[in-house]
Amino acid sequence: MSKKMHIKLTVNGKPEEFLAEPRELLIYTLRERLNITGPHIGCETSHCGACTVTLNGKSVKACTMFVAQADGADVTTIEGIGGPDTLHPLQTAFKEHHGLQCGYCTPGMITRAMKLLEENPDPTEEEIRFGMAGNLCRCTGYQNIVKSIKAAASEMNAAGSSGREAAGSKKEVEAAE
Amino acid sequence: MKDDVENREDRVANLKGLGCSRKRVEDARFTQGKGNYVDDIKLDGMIFGDFVRSPYAHARIKSIDASAALEVPGVLAVLTAKDLEPLGLHWMPTLAGDKQMVLADGKVLFQGQEVAFVVAEDRYAAADGIELVEVDYEELPVIVDPFEALKSDVVLREDLVAEDGSLPDGAHGPRKHANHIFTWEAGDKDPTEEVIANAEVVAEESMYYHRTHPCPLETCGCVASMDKVNGKLTLWGTFQAPHAIRTVVSLISGIEEHNIRVISPDIGGGFGNKVGAYPGYVCSVVASIVTGKPVKWIEDRMDNLMTTAFARDYWMTGKISATKEGKITGLHCHVTADHGGFDACADPTKFPAGFMNICTGSYDIPTAYLAVDGVYTNKAPGGVSYRCSFRVTEAVYFIERMIEVLAIELNMDAAELRRVNFIRKEQFPYTAALGWEYDSGDYHTAWEKALKAVDYEGLRAEQAQRIADFKAGKTRSLMGIGLSFFTEIVGAGPVKNCDILGLGMFDSCEIRIHPTGSAIARLGTISQGQGHATTFAQILASEIGLPADSITIEEGDTDTAPYGLGTYGSRSTPVAGAATAMAGRKIRAKAQMIAAYLLEVHDNDVEFDVDRFVVKGAPERFKTMKEIAFAAYNQAIPGIEPGLEAVSYYDPPNMTYPFGAYVCVMDIDVDTGVTDIRRFYALDDCGTRINPMIIEGQVHGGLTEALAVAMGQEIAYDDMGNVKTGTLMDFFLPTAWEVPNYETDYTVTPSPHHPIGAKGVGESPHVGGVPAFSNAVHDAFRAFGLRHTNMPHDHWRIWRTAHELGLHA
Repeated sequence: MSKKMHIKLTVNGKPEEFLAEPRELLIYTLRERLNITGPHIGCETSHCGACTVTLNGKSVKACTMFVAQADGADVTTIEGIGGPDTLHPLQTAFKEHHGLQCGYCTPGMITRAMKLLEENPDPTEEEIRFGMAGNLCRCTGYQNIVKSIKAAASEMNAAGSSGREAAGSKKEVEAAE
Repeated sequence: MKDDVENREDRVANLKGLGCSRKRVEDARFTQGKGNYVDDIKLDGMIFGDFVRSPYAHARIKSIDASAALEVPGVLAVLTAKDLEPLGLHWMPTLAGDKQMVLADGKVLFQGQEVAFVVAEDRYAAADGIELVEVDYEELPVIVDPFEALKSDVVLREDLVAEDGSLPDGAHGPRKHANHIFTWEAGDKDPTEEVIANAEVVAEESMYYHRTHPCPLETCGCVASMDKVNGKLTLWGTFQAPHAIRTVVSLISGIEEHNIRVISPDIGGGFGNKVGAYPGYVCSVVASIVTGKPVKWIEDRMDNLMTTAFARDYWMTGKISATKEGKITGLHCHVTADHGGFDACADPTKFPAGFMNICTGSYDIPTAYLAVDGVYTNKAPGGVSYRCSFRVTEAVYFIERMIEVLAIELNMDAAELRRVNFIRKEQFPYTAALGWEYDSGDYHTAWEKALKAVDYEGLRAEQAQRIADFKAGKTRSLMGIGLSFFTEIVGAGPVKNCDILGLGMFDSCEIRIHPTGSAIARLGTISQGQGHATTFAQILASEIGLPADSITIEEGDTDTAPYGLGTYGSRSTPVAGAATAMAGRKIRAKAQMIAAYLLEVHDNDVEFDVDRFVVKGAPERFKTMKEIAFAAYNQAIPGIEPGLEAVSYYDPPNMTYPFGAYVCVMDIDVDTGVTDIRRFYALDDCGTRINPMIIEGQVHGGLTEALAVAMGQEIAYDDMGNVKTGTLMDFFLPTAWEVPNYETDYTVTPSPHHPIGAKGVGESPHVGGVPAFSNAVHDAFRAFGLRHTNMPHDHWRIWRTAHELGLHA
């Protein structure tokens, strides 16, 4: 065992500070130390994506990153994406379009999909399939995952454009005054 | 009495019962990261166990020295076979009637075998401890080839050879060689051989159905907690059969069954991997007893792929005979089954090769014979049904390949050959040559619907043009049309011939109606993603007239759920689904008496209508099930005891036989071996359809696992017994990028013996999908002389096939 390191993280908006061994993996920190069990462990080799989180604005597989490498980072997990009263459109769409079965890949899948839609708000099916290829699912065959992500994108774009229209009309009203 | 304001259609819709694509009730927690899988369980003072595993496939263990490991801070104990022996737990029974080492007892038989169990305060300390356990191995000759095993002087299992060198019978009869496990036969040997010897046309082929692995995204694991104060053991784990696990734990540990509580929490996929009992479970229980603390054991991915429950590994040789017109007259099949170091197959006791004797498939074959030889090798034990009923995937692959080979022999279209030989609708119930009684089917209708949907004639014309273009040098791409027609055999099973370790394979449902008209139902099964909490509530809603949204379904806790044999082999809907309907009917029978009393008429003068009992001939006089539930608890009714509960243990009279017709259209780049699945059409007939949305999801998933197995997924060993595919880098799991969109379709042929006519669907797409993908590859090269090449059809193997056929000149 080596000397412990002083680590600071923000996880789902909450600051965390603790001492950890240099070899402690980020997924271990989240699941064991912080009791955030949404991200799962599936392969420990970066292939399956069950552990996907967003770290400083990028999709990261938490099973192969040391928490020391994440010192100072801002981390979002599925728990930070939406809860019972604040469901994200992706969470709603996955249920609506049967985008999950056993649920084990789902937190990583939705976390990655959220990032994908930030990078590309209106992806084609091909872009979704390519953008999600780092997240494995053994149950669904992906067809309904793709459908869910497409539906969420439409939903978010519709909400976004109506939001912009609302803002625009407000400006017009102000100008008229 | 209030007026009937809703119309009947609305009342039916309000129930969300049978046939409704009800959204899943499970999804809220899973989409919000609030699932509760075994690794999410945390208990006060919980410690962690992990294995020292053998790097060798066959070796004698000269010594184990754990002293350095015990010096590591955080390491609490190291268990070896010597520690387990006084408890009689150094070996454990397997599901196949063999026994298996829990921890290496003098030798190891496969790479990754469990040698010692290190218990520590956390996972890192356990890993540190594992590094420092010194094991002195003496390497022994390794056998990874079952044919070599049957000739070799090297004895893998000395424990199964008597001191005088004789071979005692195994669990399934006489053994021919020290490395031989059993011979299992079905059908008539001599008449079959005679028919084949005198046939007009005979096709012969040998094929290897490679070893693979179910590889659920969540690995296997458990948490064992022995409460020494109360003498109670609680065991959480990834168990597809929690009740069977409780009984087995009781039998091997001596702890009385009422003092053991087994809980399967949310399970992250099973596909057969989580049926068996593994050394990790036993060691965790022992470690908890020894330390007095809860002990968690979770496999990593390499442990999972290398050591727990593989699937397939069948070497199959077939002969099929026919008239010149293509009418099949006989089928002969021999299998050499590689079971690894211990026989830990998960099959009903009387079926050591599972239901391989469904290998006559969907065809009216008058005479058939099957023999299976099980063999020990230096590979991991297992032999589970990976998303299929017991060995049905092997059986269906075998017959669907034999049909294609026979079509080549006859120079006949493979779709037509199937059409000529299907069991006809009027022949059901149909008794097959190898013994099974198929309950119902309409194969011709399904086949014609499928061929029409894909424009089969058009595809063949396109293929002919492609071949001509290829020969003319205009394209380097070939086109394959993969046909598959399968009959599954699921819903094990009738207790008269199906048991596992003596436990009859019935299943159960217990229903408790609450006074305000909602309910809880508990079952002996356990969902691993199939959506039981959604679909079983739908069955009940239609049976008892309360909305599915008002019915909680609970499974997996042996203290509360009724005894059942669990979820695998597509048995939940055929068996527990039937129990659910039958228990619902008991509720309804009592409700009828209560309704009649409340309506002041005779029991026989009321009838059930959607969500109520109405007086016959006077539909304005009724009591809703909600009203009846309240009365059941709160009104003194002469001759009827209070409450509204029922339980049913359902022993199915027969298996169910789902079937389907699949067509895969594939383009193959001859120069790279790269395949493009351009189209996949899947017609499934699973009898009565409970939730079309969930059926479709099951089909997508099963087809994708079939794609994996057919096109690349394997557990491969080198000659030294090293596993070459121990991580997801080497073991193929398809990504969203490789998987096509599937077209799903259906016909409905209800099961005549199932209370609601349902047959089960979860495994059909895997069983039927593998031959569809494989036949597409074969079909692409048929015009160039290919008869058979073994799976998996990865790019390299396809390139090699093209090369061997001289297509790279």
